Amino acid sequence: MGRRAGALSRPAFASPGAVAVLAVLLAVAIPIAVLIGPYPMTLGQVLGVVTDRVTGVPARGDTVDTVVFAIRLPRIGAALLVGGALAAAGTCYQTLFRNPLVSPDILGVSAGAGLGAVLGIFLSLPVAAIQGMAFAGGLACVALVAGVAAAVRGRDPVLVLVLAGVVVGALAGAATSLLKVLADPYDQLPAITFWLLGSLASIRTDDLAPALPAVVLGLLPLVLLRWRINVLALGDDEARALGVEVRRLRAGVILCATLITASVVAIAGVVGWVGLVIPHVARMLVGPGFGRLLPVAVLLGALYMLVVDTLARTIGTAEVPLGILTAAIGAPFFLWLLARGRRSWS
Amino acid sequence: MSALVEAEGLATGYPGCEVGRDIDLAVAAGEVLCLLGPNGSGKTTLFRTLLGLLPAHGGTVRLAGDPLDRLPRGEIGRRAAYVPQAHAPVFPFTAHEVVLMGRTARLGPFAQPGRADHAAAAEALASVGLADRAASPYTDLSGGQRQLVLVARALAQEAPLLVMDEPTASLDFGNQALVLSEIRRLADRGLGIVLSTHDPDHAFAVGDRVALLQDGRIREIGPPDTVLTEAALSAVYGVEVRVETLGSGRRVCVPSLARPAGAGSA
Repeated sequence: MGRRAGALSRPAFASPGAVAVLAVLLAVAIPIAVLIGPYPMTLGQVLGVVTDRVTGVPARGDTVDTVVFAIRLPRIGAALLVGGALAAAGTCYQTLFRNPLVSPDILGVSAGAGLGAVLGIFLSLPVAAIQGMAFAGGLACVALVAGVAAAVRGRDPVLVLVLAGVVVGALAGAATSLLKVLADPYDQLPAITFWLLGSLASIRTDDLAPALPAVVLGLLPLVLLRWRINVLALGDDEARALGVEVRRLRAGVILCATLITASVVAIAGVVGWVGLVIPHVARMLVGPGFGRLLPVAVLLGALYMLVVDTLARTIGTAEVPLGILTAAIGAPFFLWLLARGRRSWS
Repeated sequence: MSALVEAEGLATGYPGCEVGRDIDLAVAAGEVLCLLGPNGSGKTTLFRTLLGLLPAHGGTVRLAGDPLDRLPRGEIGRRAAYVPQAHAPVFPFTAHEVVLMGRTARLGPFAQPGRADHAAAAEALASVGLADRAASPYTDLSGGQRQLVLVARALAQEAPLLVMDEPTASLDFGNQALVLSEIRRLADRGLGIVLSTHDPDHAFAVGDRVALLQDGRIREIGPPDTVLTEAALSAVYGVEVRVETLGSGRRVCVPSLARPAGAGSA
């Protein structure tokens, strides 16, 4: 196995190179995404309204201005935020749990957020309240999992965390199902189903305002602590023997990753697969070192979500929920990874 | 000068389960202490307790004179380095990256390894003869090379004491010799080393002293020649053992293999 695996597990790019390439791709993809959509616009029109805004000319209130600034740019911003955030959280959890098959949902954050949002929809609350309940549900679910894990002492703490995540997630899923049964099938049930599959269709600038700082707040400690998080990949005993306070660091990483995930799930619904697949691809590009991996995964996740969301709003006459597209792309990719039969994952 | 590590009346174990007790040992600079004992005699539990990875059930452990339970994690990492058994990690870090992680205890919580840390890691890797494999994924290395990378990581940690858990387990004959000679060389450079092994010959080969563990207690501790007698080894391992002296003066152990009647000639 030696030579072949060696060739494959060597990173294909140096980290700064990968970051630069992804930044250029994003810089190209964003304007294209602005131009694509049901309302046709020329590049000249778009540049015109952007120049007006930048130079302080009062908004004309015409259709192009509205489409660019009220519809497409917020949605593009949301796609970048959601993709980057989910990829960052997935990268953290895969390193933390030393398992490349782990996604940001592992500790039940999506199940909890789903329950919170569905309860909000069931109670016919306003959109902002639904988002707040999703956020709170996600945090509460992970807090419950962490509490259970802390109470069960003397066993492998990582295993207890994961199992508690599965159990609490299943419980939240059951409660969600109960609410779906009780919900009004003509009004609430479609809204619930759509939310649970993830969508950026109704996103507005106002929705981004609380999510963006929360994601940045969660990301900052992860960037600062990137070397120590890297060491966690060796396992508890080795990391502690190398001088890392594993328990405290793990709690901090879980808190940050949960904040990041809950913030974006609250505005976008449950978008699966991104946090699982993107860290894999990033690891193929720049290797497993967390410090190099994190920025590449964030940029790649942002780019991926932008492409997927642009497809979601353009390939059909109706919006395709994001979760369906990410699964349709992610599942075959994952099967391909499995078929490569690697002993270690790059 | 105080010992690099010192255990007094130490009791070890997991919550609700005592594994070892009445353990007294000390390791000084430049000394190799070998821990020998059958499976389940408490070697790994003792190591984890000496490194503060498990709380002691009783007694005390001191690292360079200070009680272990009063030292913060980072300070323990600067005083004792752990060399686990070579394993296959999940992610293919390069050999250099693995060694570089040894610098963690010398970095602040938010710091990244700098030029000096990279140089120390490269030097540690070169000192175990693996400079040319620095960019190779750890997962591509042979078992012996992986073990040497973990030794290099402990050297990069620059702790005066190395705690090695069965460093020769699962290695082939050549790699065992490679790792053992490296251990002896490091002790001669002034490091204190405590290691566990299943092979009494390894204790004869590199050990200055040996501790024979049985049922969680140290049955005897002292120079290999006086501790590893035929009677003691036979009693601890439950098989008949002969200790022979080679022409070079080195001793080796030979278990007598009981053969079923009639199966001997093949």
